[in-house]
Amino acid sequence: MLLYPRLDNGERGYVRTMSAQARVRGVGRREEARERVVVRFAGDSGDGMQLAGGRFTDATALGGNDLATFPDFPAEIRAPAGTVAGVSSFQVHFASRDIATPGDSPDMLVAMNPAALKANLSQLKAGASILLDEDAFSKRNLMKAGYAVSPLEDGALRDFEVMRVPMTTLLLSLAEGIEGASSRDAQHARNLFALGLVSWIYDRPTDITVRWIEAKFSKTPVVAEMNLRAFKAGWNYGETTESLVAGQVHVAPVKDLPAGTYRTVNGTTATALGLIAASVKSSLQLVLAAYPITPASELLHELARMGRAGVRTVQAEDEIAAAGMALGASYGGALGVSATSGPGMDLKAETIGLAAALELPLVVIDVQRAGPSTGMPTKTEQADLLMALYGRHGESPVPVLAASSPAQCFDAALEAVRIAVRYRTPVILLSDLFLANSSEPWLIPEAAQLAAIDPHFAKPPNPDAPFLPYARNDDLARPWAIPGTTGAQHQIGGLEKADMTGTVSYDASNHALMTRLRAAKVAGIEVPDLRVDGDEGAQLLLLGWGSSEGAIRAGVRRVRQRGLKVARAHLHHMNPLPGNLRQVLSSYERVLVPEMNEGQLARVLRAEYLVDVRSHAKVEGRPLFASEIEAAILGELG
Amino acid sequence: MRTLSKADFQSSNETRWCPGCGDYAILASVQAFMPELEVPPERIVFVTGIGCAGRFSYYMNTYGMHAIHGRAPAIATGLAAAREDLSVWVVTGDGDALSIGGNHLIHAMRRNVPVKVLLFNNRIYGLTKGQASPTSELGKVTKSTPGGSIEPPANPIALALGAGATFVARSVDRDKEHLSGVLRAAANHEGTALVEILQNCPVFNDRAFEHVTDKREASENRIPLEHGAPITFGAERPRAVVRLPDGSLGIVGAEQADAAAIVEHDAKRESPDLAFALSQLGDLTHGPVPLGVFRDVEAPVWGQTIASELRAAATRFGERELDELLHNANTWRIS
Ligand code: SF4
Repeated sequence: MLLYPRLDNGERGYVRTMSAQARVRGVGRREEARERVVVRFAGDSGDGMQLAGGRFTDATALGGNDLATFPDFPAEIRAPAGTVAGVSSFQVHFASRDIATPGDSPDMLVAMNPAALKANLSQLKAGASILLDEDAFSKRNLMKAGYAVSPLEDGALRDFEVMRVPMTTLLLSLAEGIEGASSRDAQHARNLFALGLVSWIYDRPTDITVRWIEAKFSKTPVVAEMNLRAFKAGWNYGETTESLVAGQVHVAPVKDLPAGTYRTVNGTTATALGLIAASVKSSLQLVLAAYPITPASELLHELARMGRAGVRTVQAEDEIAAAGMALGASYGGALGVSATSGPGMDLKAETIGLAAALELPLVVIDVQRAGPSTGMPTKTEQADLLMALYGRHGESPVPVLAASSPAQCFDAALEAVRIAVRYRTPVILLSDLFLANSSEPWLIPEAAQLAAIDPHFAKPPNPDAPFLPYARNDDLARPWAIPGTTGAQHQIGGLEKADMTGTVSYDASNHALMTRLRAAKVAGIEVPDLRVDGDEGAQLLLLGWGSSEGAIRAGVRRVRQRGLKVARAHLHHMNPLPGNLRQVLSSYERVLVPEMNEGQLARVLRAEYLVDVRSHAKVEGRPLFASEIEAAILGELG
Repeated sequence: MRTLSKADFQSSNETRWCPGCGDYAILASVQAFMPELEVPPERIVFVTGIGCAGRFSYYMNTYGMHAIHGRAPAIATGLAAAREDLSVWVVTGDGDALSIGGNHLIHAMRRNVPVKVLLFNNRIYGLTKGQASPTSELGKVTKSTPGGSIEPPANPIALALGAGATFVARSVDRDKEHLSGVLRAAANHEGTALVEILQNCPVFNDRAFEHVTDKREASENRIPLEHGAPITFGAERPRAVVRLPDGSLGIVGAEQADAAAIVEHDAKRESPDLAFALSQLGDLTHGPVPLGVFRDVEAPVWGQTIASELRAAATRFGERELDELLHNANTWRIS
């Protein structure tokens, strides 16, 4: 049985624009179909917003919508409760068609306290819905959020459809009906109440959430019961409280998706799975060495649980050691990987340089975050491109890849390993915080369909012919002779090596030769041509890289819907660049390069191709938005 | 297995240390000792850092990696994680191990990684032409300390013990027999072995250890540590190491030493307290110095149980298992 306090009048807690009222009154409850919806759950760090968002995502995926998510949380583990600094949020964008980004501006904001409202209000467009726990708008909480006057009283919300629900009161009375449930349990279940209500509004499947709650809290039956009832109460509240909840919004499942089995995946998991897949396809044991750093630690956590796949993880004493351990493992014939974020990349430079000189496989993953220095550890950016390309002393070219979407991290990780192993080289894979934390549906590939990676270890040499550690094959790659290979003992190191024999050499012409061989090897890496998605007669090309692909795709789509012509291409290989890039660049009158930095790719393109590309730069610690891309294109097409 | 000799471990690379450098003697001793391991050269790896000692790997006909400054212990740790079938040795110097690479050395020892670390201590930076090193003595005049070093030296033995090293020993470059004995003990030890080798740098810090290596003086200045034996030394002036009333260790003339108070060396003792007290004994610059194995205790070796299990798991984990893993989530079908 559900307990509701009687609402004293139908209009209680009800602020709504005239048009919204008109929409609802007299015509019964709203039943609306929409192509796409953006929901943002926001609350204090302790309010369980990530959990609510995650559950909503899973239910939405099972409901057959395309989706993209974006969690956002404070850097402080326990930021002062109730303050704007402590607000944590989770945004879900879902649609009945293919979508590209987590959405710019929410259609529905769930605000569990005044700080959550304050932190997010400016991003809402007029007409958006706000669901809030009005019990949380106490004097004290308003003060902590920095509100002198309650936004519920001063008309600040007049442009929005506001659902003021006394969640705390409702849940406290709900707890009274559960043997052993405390008021604390009731407080903690507010997120599930909100989730239930939002699930009703958007008509999401409930089974999956119910099952999840049962499994998650199976050891604490009272908490399970509290959460289950809270979720159902939220759902029922939507169904029954006509005065407050306008009605339901339906987003139909996507129709034109490729056939197959899907799951949702975030960039971290996709990267981990990609590395494991690479380990399987190469028969090399995966050794991941890492030092804890936000946000890359998640990859360490994920792989640390993968013992059944033979993954060896090592938490190193520092970033330098992590890179060194990965390189040591590769030297021994394993697949050595190290993962970090910006500040850690600074420290790995010397090991990457050594790996370039040793010409051994090594994969270094940089989950970029806002810098410089500690910067904003929980905010995204893609400003490590120039460091990845050039951030080592000496002539030290290294292949650099960039993942473009959460699910694409899987392919990117496989590709990084393929290049590292085939060409005996360190490879830097650039991901970023946005990719790592965001999720989207993923058409699960079949293991058998993934291309094999042949480590091609050196065989014991013929005793009459000396082993030549720096002889090269057609790819200019040298033999990977792992310890244990009889007769192939050799000594490598950071000192310049003589061509073929690998002995230490200070010979002038040898150094020039080796420098050019190393460069030619990297420049000759097989990279697929850049594909252009372009309208016939388009004069503007948008060239992007990394995680902004979705935003660029969506921005281009919007411009096309206006009937304008534009072309778009996206780089996954940052070094070497695709062979047809010069030709692509010269095919357009103008090239616009949007990126979450101050124009790093633009600089590279200008230097490499003498093309006067324009830069659309954004460094706000937030992903690019489709609306910004749209505006930028419109500005160019003027 | 074929019988191995010293020649099997000599590489064809030309050795390029300065004439008279202590490194030659150490190299010869190590090459001569290697056959005792009964491990073929292709299963032995020397990982070295930067500095004169770092060149060591080029001169061994084993697998070798001359790595970057200070990082050899980390790289060797990664190698050991991937390959428990190898005999892995690190060669480092006082600057490499204790200055730029201090953190890696500490943590390799703390973890008890199956790696043997040979730390050549010449108390100077040789390759960079004579600056003070972390083991240079207070007041030492070098190019970087023209007014004399104002820093007290690091004590590698104490540092290793503090880091929890399970095997800690000290030997000296010019005593092949002693060095071979210590190498043997280190090789027999299952976890990390830290061997400090006092090494003469005739170019920048000549005779730093003359008092320990000179035939006449040596017997007066070496305090031999032998497990189970009372610690006594000195041919001309017999002395003994005794436990003083305040609990610390001291050196007294043998004639004044109460036999009961003479300390009996116990390298196998779980607690590192005796080893630490011995590390504080004597005077590395002028006086008597303990030589031998300070500590040799059994402890779980890093990754020993999991390494082979994980490699077996990696072998078993094929495409079918990968497919299962990829599907291990809420999935839905679109047809
Ligand atoms: S500088 Fe000193 S340590 Fe280095 S090789 Fe010469 S003598 Fe040996």
